[in-house]
Amino acid sequence: MTTITARASRGALGRRLRGERLAHYALLAPALLLSFAIVLVPAVATAITAFTDWNGISSSPAFVGIENFQEILADGLFWKALQHNVIWTVLFLTVPVVLGMGTAVLLLTRRRSRSVYQVIFLLPYVLAAVTNALVWLNIIYNPIAGVVGYLKDQGLAIESPLANLDTALYGVAAVDMWHYWGFLTVVYLAALRQTPAEQVEAATLDGVNAWQLFRYVYLPHIRSTVALMFVMIVIFSFLAFDYVYLLTQGGPAHSTEMLSTYAYTFAFATFQFGKAAAVGLVMGLFGLIASFVYTFVSRKGFDA
Amino acid sequence: MTLSRRIRRPLALLPGHVVLVALAITALAPLLLVLVNAFKPRQEITRNPLALPTELDLSGFERAWQYGHFATGLPNSLLLTATTVVVVLVTAGPAAYVLSRRLIRIVPIAGVYFLMAMTVPIQLFLFPLYAAVARLGLLNNVVAVGVIVAALNLPISILLLRTYFEQIPDEIIEAATVDGASTVRTLWHILLPIARPGLITVGIIAGLNAWNEYLITSTFLQKQQSLTATLGFLTMNGTFTTDQTAMMAGAAILIVPVAVLFLLGQRFIVDGLVGGAVKG
Repeated sequence: MTTITARASRGALGRRLRGERLAHYALLAPALLLSFAIVLVPAVATAITAFTDWNGISSSPAFVGIENFQEILADGLFWKALQHNVIWTVLFLTVPVVLGMGTAVLLLTRRRSRSVYQVIFLLPYVLAAVTNALVWLNIIYNPIAGVVGYLKDQGLAIESPLANLDTALYGVAAVDMWHYWGFLTVVYLAALRQTPAEQVEAATLDGVNAWQLFRYVYLPHIRSTVALMFVMIVIFSFLAFDYVYLLTQGGPAHSTEMLSTYAYTFAFATFQFGKAAAVGLVMGLFGLIASFVYTFVSRKGFDA
Repeated sequence: MTLSRRIRRPLALLPGHVVLVALAITALAPLLLVLVNAFKPRQEITRNPLALPTELDLSGFERAWQYGHFATGLPNSLLLTATTVVVVLVTAGPAAYVLSRRLIRIVPIAGVYFLMAMTVPIQLFLFPLYAAVARLGLLNNVVAVGVIVAALNLPISILLLRTYFEQIPDEIIEAATVDGASTVRTLWHILLPIARPGLITVGIIAGLNAWNEYLITSTFLQKQQSLTATLGFLTMNGTFTTDQTAMMAGAAILIVPVAVLFLLGQRFIVDGLVGGAVKG
């Protein structure tokens, strides 16, 4: 009698568990399918398109092998764009990181003013790229009715950095970094604050100086966050688009051309979707390498 | 504490204060210039963009509203943002729950897939996506673009929500399961109320991203009727560079509401920005 009941209930439980498992797949499916439709399938299509001469409209694009890649690698502009992405990466790994970490450490001991500074530093970060870029373009970099124009009228030898081939890239990066660094302050500060107070007190009682306190007590605790931000900055530096396209469209004379604007021009100015796809694929390769590092670092960060 | 120490401590803090104040001014100055110049006649801006207005000229706002197409742009931006937020919450919420409990075998693969999808360059899928959307006749369709923006926000949303779900003790879910509640009922009646702060945070971050979006919206929305508020404002650039008053008024229309909402919801925004980067 008891065995029969047990078997019957096990059958019912089994059915229920199977039903639950189906429900779990059903809960995961919408997110996966949506992402597949918008990201994965088009990404695979890009990988195929890169080997064709597709113009975005024709229904019978011809297979051209690695011709698109050969042409891109032979194009001086591709290498120039890549070089700009590397400069961009170096700039973003230094200026905002130093500002972000410096301010985070300063705010760590300022309990009362901390939240006010956080809000101020973060404000440019939450505003739209379009708004930020147009504000800088019109009221600061503007050589006639902007701050630059005003200083020129006062007799200063100054010009819009965006108009000069040697400074345009830095002029664009300055706006993007102005909008970005406050984000790092907030992230670093949150990480620093998770350092156990007892360890900080113990070290302070031992009479360590400020640098030793940061180096030996705080830094080990925030290392995974610092590493993660490092990888994210590298990834997003290779994808940088918004501020560049809004401020200069890659000009003047390609002095701010990046891989992203280079690919965008192929697709939407000259309708060479095959070539655009090839550049996209190269960018994807950089992204993929960084993604692997990112996945590795963040998994380690989550599991540690 | 002796007198000299009491004086020395504030003095030691002084360089730090100077740095913080200088950086705060740097962060705010461009935005303050917008507010100062939005109310000045254009000749006054050309003469000195740094000076305070001598009279209040509100005509810039009228011109900005008209030529920046804000009357259609703001409703379009709201529709886009609402679509993105709803789609993100409805799809990312259940997915994050499944991922947080490692309930089925494909969870680790799905987790890695979403991590990779987060860092894939938009240019890797933009061009075929554009062709497909064009063929479906969905160019200039704000809701369709809202769904695309939602798909791009899925990975970070799932990652954030997963950490919220992971904080819920297993016992609560087990208790519900023993009582005979189905997965869907557990999710709806027990987990949803607990995860509400997480859902609000994710909704705000996804909404902010949708409101601020540029690359996707500018590619897929090109007819004047379908422009978002930021894209409408963008059409003023170049043609209106001589009318600085209107440009600054347009910028103010975009900056002030976001700044106010940011001040009100800063706790959630900071949580959401930090949540993906700092382990809780």
